[in-house]
Amino acid sequence: MASIKRGIDAALTMWLSEMLRFSRSKSRIIGALTTPLTFMLFLGPGLISGFQLRGGGNLDFGFFAPGLIGMSVLFASLFAGGSIIWERESGVIKEILVAPVSRFFLALGRALGGVTIALIQGILLLLFAHLIGASYVSLGGVVASIVVMAISGLGFMGLSIALASKIDSTEGFQVLMSFMTMPLVLLSGAFFPISDLPAWLAGLVHLNPLTYAVEAIRYLLLGSSSIPIRLCLEVTAAFAAVMLWIGGRMFGKIRV
Amino acid sequence: MSCAIETWEISKRYGSVAAVDAISLCIEPGEIFGLLGPNGAGKTTLIKILTTMTEPSGGQARVWGYDVIGQASSVRMNIGVVFQDITLDDRLTGRENLDLHGRLYGLDGRARKKRIEEVLALVEMADRADAVVRTYSGGMMRRLEIARGFMHRPNVLFLDEPTLGLDPQTRARIWEYIKRLADEEGVTVVLTTHYMEEADHLCHRIGIIDRGRIVALDSPRAMKDRLGGDVITLKLADANDGERLAAVFRDQGLAGIISKRDGELSLAVARGEEQIPRVLSLASAAGIAVHSVSLHRPTLDDVFLHHTGRAIRDKDAGEAEHLGHRMRSGRR
Repeated sequence: MASIKRGIDAALTMWLSEMLRFSRSKSRIIGALTTPLTFMLFLGPGLISGFQLRGGGNLDFGFFAPGLIGMSVLFASLFAGGSIIWERESGVIKEILVAPVSRFFLALGRALGGVTIALIQGILLLLFAHLIGASYVSLGGVVASIVVMAISGLGFMGLSIALASKIDSTEGFQVLMSFMTMPLVLLSGAFFPISDLPAWLAGLVHLNPLTYAVEAIRYLLLGSSSIPIRLCLEVTAAFAAVMLWIGGRMFGKIRV
Repeated sequence: MSCAIETWEISKRYGSVAAVDAISLCIEPGEIFGLLGPNGAGKTTLIKILTTMTEPSGGQARVWGYDVIGQASSVRMNIGVVFQDITLDDRLTGRENLDLHGRLYGLDGRARKKRIEEVLALVEMADRADAVVRTYSGGMMRRLEIARGFMHRPNVLFLDEPTLGLDPQTRARIWEYIKRLADEEGVTVVLTTHYMEEADHLCHRIGIIDRGRIVALDSPRAMKDRLGGDVITLKLADANDGERLAAVFRDQGLAGIISKRDGELSLAVARGEEQIPRVLSLASAAGIAVHSVSLHRPTLDDVFLHHTGRAIRDKDAGEAEHLGHRMRSGRR
């Protein structure tokens, strides 16, 4: 029990250090706050005017809000692992790895740091979307959607930590992340309804963990989704658990 | 516990190269122990094994009674480490760096606050503690790291090249801090260095390490005494005569030849000033021209030369390269 408490303290320490760094970096703060706004301002209107449903009628703007939120959480979480590479390059990681703390909790703390920033962006998007006309079914649903953002953010953060633990250059990490985000976003149903897709595309979409997060958020905010909410929640939670476990393992294997 | 650190035939191989080659040693509680050797000798690798940052390929090691492989987390609980490269977060303040360290080592809020003030006072950094580390000089970063290494009251403190790249004044100050900390806190200190003065000035005992092996282990004084009273160094007009002159001296019973290289021949002798005329006449009888003669008390340089056949300064190119790397990879 004592070691679990020590582990949680260590995770909170990692979280705190990430928050301190974030609060010191003007460019990161501005980036984190303006990215969602940019998505909303430039992507939202374009999406609405560009889509027509088969059988007529436009998609409501509200349809895109969960997609934009999911995309934003994905970006923030995946790229947050880059801080581990910075730590390795600067040597700071040695101080962390030599501490008498389980590496899993250190990785978890890092993940919580990344997810916090992802959540700030997700919540801003929720608010912006509401201001320009998206209407949500219930306050409870909004709160629950924030929880889903956090869980799916932890999953992608775990993935990011696992990859960052293996890759030793910032450049390589950036390239790989850009390479991954594109298909994850495009094949997620963030920007189109997934109920009416060709079979091969539907298959890929259903293999994508982001799909389930976006669909869950869509259900919780708008009251309907193409995939049953229960399955969405189960897949999102399982993905997070597995990725955090892998991320913790890989982080534990870092040698300096 | 008789040894703060004990190793049995500890080894680390990278491919076919043995970075650490079957080292057995016992470092006593409370001593300042120095590992002296050129870059690439295996000092840092040995430290990495003892601090559980890398696993040995063979042998055993215990730190404060705990096995470095089987009880790594107990080892970590009992040690403080100041790495060769700066490992501070330069975007945070000095105080924040210390605070995060205290949290990682499980110090509660009140203990942390008190201890931060104590260690800051010890390294005389209290007035700069709230500045962002990025604005510190290299010497200040080092002092803060040493303070951090002590913060959780470790039983053993490892310092890997604590004064590398610092100017002589700053270096002398850091030595004083290390001494004071070791005295006041009763910590066992293990440091690596390739600066002879540092080993001489700070360490109770030193181990000379070369190509992964400990080639000599004793107090600096005993090592120097063992060489004999004085060292005579002859600079020869023709470097090729070194071998021949060494043979002449050996025949005449001047056995304490430390080294011969680059046309220099060093002898350890008792009452050196009386031996100079004899040495010179032997040389001229053999028809060997001597360019100059010098006489000095043995230094650790001589000890090192005696045991390894090389001057530790031969590594200078390596050091420059290392510092360059540190600058490239370090700060952003």
